[in-house]
Amino acid sequence: MALWTLFGLASGKATTAWPGTGDDSGQTSVLGMPRYNPAACRDGCAECAAVCPTHAIDPRDGGVAVDYGRCVVCQLCVEACPSDAMTTSEDWAFGVASRQDLVWSETGARSQKPATSERKAFRRSLHIRHVDAGSCNGCESELQALNNPFYNLHRLGIFFTASPRFADLLLVTGPVTHAMLEPLKAAYEAMADPRWVMAVGTCAVSGGISGGNYASGTGLEGVLPVDLYLPGCPPNPAAIMEALLMFLNRAPQRVSGGRIHG
Amino acid sequence: MIGTQAQTIAPDELQPAAEALLAAGGRVRFAYAWSPAEGQVEVRYVASVPDRRDFEMWVVKGVRELPSLAAVFPSLGWYEREIMDLNGLRFTDHPEPYPLVLKDSGEELVNAIPAASGRPRLPAIDAIDVQQLPFGPIRADVVESAEFTFVYVGEHIIHYHPRLFFKHRGMESCFEGADPGRAVVTAERVSAVGSVSHALAYCEAVERAAGCAVPVRANALRVLLAEMERIYNHLHYLGHLCHTTTLKVGEAQGKLLEEKAKQLNARLTGSRFLRSLLVPGGLRRDLDPGEWLGDALERLREEFGTYAGKLENSESHLDRLITTGPLPHRVAFDQGATGPVARASGVDRDVRRDHPYAHYDGLPLTVPNFEDGDAYARSRVRIAEVEASFVLCQRVLLLLEPGPIRVGCKPEPNVEGFGWAEGPRGGVYYAVHVSADGRLARVKIKSPSFSNWRAFPFTVHDTNMMDYAINEASFGLTIAGCDR
Repeated sequence: MALWTLFGLASGKATTAWPGTGDDSGQTSVLGMPRYNPAACRDGCAECAAVCPTHAIDPRDGGVAVDYGRCVVCQLCVEACPSDAMTTSEDWAFGVASRQDLVWSETGARSQKPATSERKAFRRSLHIRHVDAGSCNGCESELQALNNPFYNLHRLGIFFTASPRFADLLLVTGPVTHAMLEPLKAAYEAMADPRWVMAVGTCAVSGGISGGNYASGTGLEGVLPVDLYLPGCPPNPAAIMEALLMFLNRAPQRVSGGRIHG
Repeated sequence: MIGTQAQTIAPDELQPAAEALLAAGGRVRFAYAWSPAEGQVEVRYVASVPDRRDFEMWVVKGVRELPSLAAVFPSLGWYEREIMDLNGLRFTDHPEPYPLVLKDSGEELVNAIPAASGRPRLPAIDAIDVQQLPFGPIRADVVESAEFTFVYVGEHIIHYHPRLFFKHRGMESCFEGADPGRAVVTAERVSAVGSVSHALAYCEAVERAAGCAVPVRANALRVLLAEMERIYNHLHYLGHLCHTTTLKVGEAQGKLLEEKAKQLNARLTGSRFLRSLLVPGGLRRDLDPGEWLGDALERLREEFGTYAGKLENSESHLDRLITTGPLPHRVAFDQGATGPVARASGVDRDVRRDHPYAHYDGLPLTVPNFEDGDAYARSRVRIAEVEASFVLCQRVLLLLEPGPIRVGCKPEPNVEGFGWAEGPRGGVYYAVHVSADGRLARVKIKSPSFSNWRAFPFTVHDTNMMDYAINEASFGLTIAGCDR
């Protein structure tokens, strides 16, 4: 054991200073949601919509409607677009309080201000119960990474807990398969008030690739009341951290109208 | 099917063919059913024969009732049950004729028929001191959903029954009707931590169906990506194994190295899971590893060497692994174990070597093998594989020449192809059928965790509770890959 103690001490601190003081979120070069610029669109072109596997892009009135709550970040639209109306970006921090804020809009305005007063007491101590409702394990891989020394989530006062009884936030991944629907509801019912729900990953937000087929639901919509949406495929650990801090009013919501501001 | 030597076979020839294959040292890898046209049905068996690079395929046409081969190849039991669940066929004399994939709520789905003997039941327990513990499907910690039932006395586990498929998402059906080129996005989302191996096996299948030759540079880069996938997966595995043996600093270091590997993945490809690159015909865009990747991988290799050396010298860790969860060679073979799990039990098999694909032919590939079959052997296989993967990555970077990275790859209507890859957890196979309109008619995914979950319970019966978590971690299973 002394071997490991010495090794640990000699290795020094591995944790990033982000999001406090440093700027190393660990996500150099990670591709995010493709950026949509309708000004560059060609009339009547809907090449991007034709290749989108999850109907995040739909032809609409000669242009397209874009819903980032359905985007699985596959970048096919960027490749299909003949005119740079869809371009790659590093916009992966897409946490929002209202589902509507994920839908691209002309004005980019915030759809509504969330109620926050109840959450004040949880700002520095939030306990999360995670439920996998049928993910591909990508979201779990990134959630597990939150406790590695680089991100070290609990330094922010945010913890994962074993029992829904101790949990303030139910964090759900996956499209909600038919077999997981009842266990998921039971976990929510077991939580004490006040309780909140977070949809992590595009599957939990809107169903993703398998959404609505014979075995999968279409995410949490209509299943549980969702307080925080974070699409991504999967959202990376920094995106999850930023969304959680946003939920606790320790960081601003930067996304509205389907794009990141500031 | 291209990639296999196919032969049509009558139902009553199945049993003798299976017995002959077994005697020759071969193995039926998996089976699936599909419907070539309205009202028609075919069952396909895919087998490997020692020293043969391609696969053998048996095609049984137009029969809705077949003899079960589970008595010859026990590993087929689950595939047959899956076919009964999802395709409504029947296998006679099946040893466990119960639903596997679909839960109670699923009966109205597809054309599933209730099994003749009803749902499986655990034996009634009326002995004093024997306890039954159902655990899941939502379990402690950030883990995937599955329900485990333990029957135990004190610390001693008498019987263990995993109930999987809570996460069945119907991924195979997501391919149906899709464009073969774009559906690689779906293959990447079957099991995130196997994104490259699933995409690679899928692409190989479509490329064989289309008869297109992938450029050398694309094949070399595919090897690089596949080995980088193995590295980050095995690093996670070692960190998680330390978590179960409560070697705290070992856990932190393993997971830190995994994080470093994932950040390298992102720097190279834009994705921490190495997604959005593979496509039938090559790669979607070229990669520029430059000098930096070789240097970064070398630094990571050095750190890994130090880490692995320390693990080898941690008695408290090794004590928990040695003799834990032994998987005998015979059980590993019979139950269809694959990947590091099989190689730790003396089943010397690796499709990179036995059925070379991509750029593996001619690369210096070492396939570590151990005989003991315990948790220690399973972790040693992985440690040795990480070292071998670093060597492969550097070799690819050394050999990499500029050149094209993509050719057109559009399969003709009514063709089929078979592809495979050795993922971090073992063999991944894809069988792809293209319909008359050039779209995908049926895609069958054989994932490694489906095989290894079948073998795992054999190492739990008659062991003890304290070893369970260590044993499970030593298998490195994913549930998403198994449930699909």
